[in-house]
Amino acid sequence: MRFAVVQFGGSNCDRDTYHVLADVCGVDTDLVWYKEGLTRSYDAVVLPGGFSYGDYLRAGAIAARTTIMSDVVRHAKSGGLVLGICNGAQIASEAGLVPGTFTLNAYPKFISRHVYLRIENTTSPFTTLYREGEVIRVPIAHKEGRYVAPEDVVARLNRNRQVAFRFCDQHGNTTPESNPNGSAENITGVLSEAGNVLAMMPHPERASERVLGSEDGVKIFNSMIAHIEEHGRRRPTR
Amino acid sequence: MKFDVTITIALKEGMLDPEARAIRHALANLGFATGDLSTARLFRIGIDAEDAAAAREEARAICERLLANPVIHRYTIEVE
Repeated sequence: MRFAVVQFGGSNCDRDTYHVLADVCGVDTDLVWYKEGLTRSYDAVVLPGGFSYGDYLRAGAIAARTTIMSDVVRHAKSGGLVLGICNGAQIASEAGLVPGTFTLNAYPKFISRHVYLRIENTTSPFTTLYREGEVIRVPIAHKEGRYVAPEDVVARLNRNRQVAFRFCDQHGNTTPESNPNGSAENITGVLSEAGNVLAMMPHPERASERVLGSEDGVKIFNSMIAHIEEHGRRRPTR
Repeated sequence: MKFDVTITIALKEGMLDPEARAIRHALANLGFATGDLSTARLFRIGIDAEDAAAAREEARAICERLLANPVIHRYTIEVE
């Protein structure tokens, strides 16, 4: 089993994500510079957080159109897992891997703090180790993280159980007050229709060790590993 | 022929425009009571094309492929 963490110019969570995968979860992981492309097959590709291309034009817009993203899209289409975290989520949505988009926060400032998330789906390859409705505490750090999608798309996400996480309060209530950036229906984790791509604004890699104050995020990586162990690579996921 | 193309990317009608809201508040603090206020982004691009129609088509492709996000944006193109 082998994971790839893609590094773009301006990625800044690449090494944190690598550390959690390699040292905390113990999975073989390659840091892959975007110019190299995906030169071998991987079980999972992680698009890490950061400010690829300085967020020029729109966060994620330019990175989404690099040649390595064509490789990532091919990997996803053949059933490989893709996890986009923060800037990686913006890149994944700009590349069309998940529906909708992440844009300027409703109050247009950078927000960096811990938030609560409610687990909405426990059958995806990224969330099987959580309990339905479980509330986890994970940090966010973004200015362009407000999830936007047409109403019919949001309805479809709900119907198909493509919402992985919603912002909530500490008791699991998805209130307007617990929605830090104005995301549609508090959504901040979106799955692709086939379920093998997850785009999420919160940073699970910053909540994967006790020393960091929360280990709630590590189950995302461990769910991916368990899924690959159980199903092998590139099996249908839903 | 060389054409000067102006592309304006704006949010779709009804989309929340957080920057515009902040600017409107700032204007109110300065004593300007403004009505509707929205922001847009303007790109000036030089395009080599056979004729104006071809330049417009090239600009349209540029919008579709990169400049505009179809989920939130609309765009207009002027060719000179």
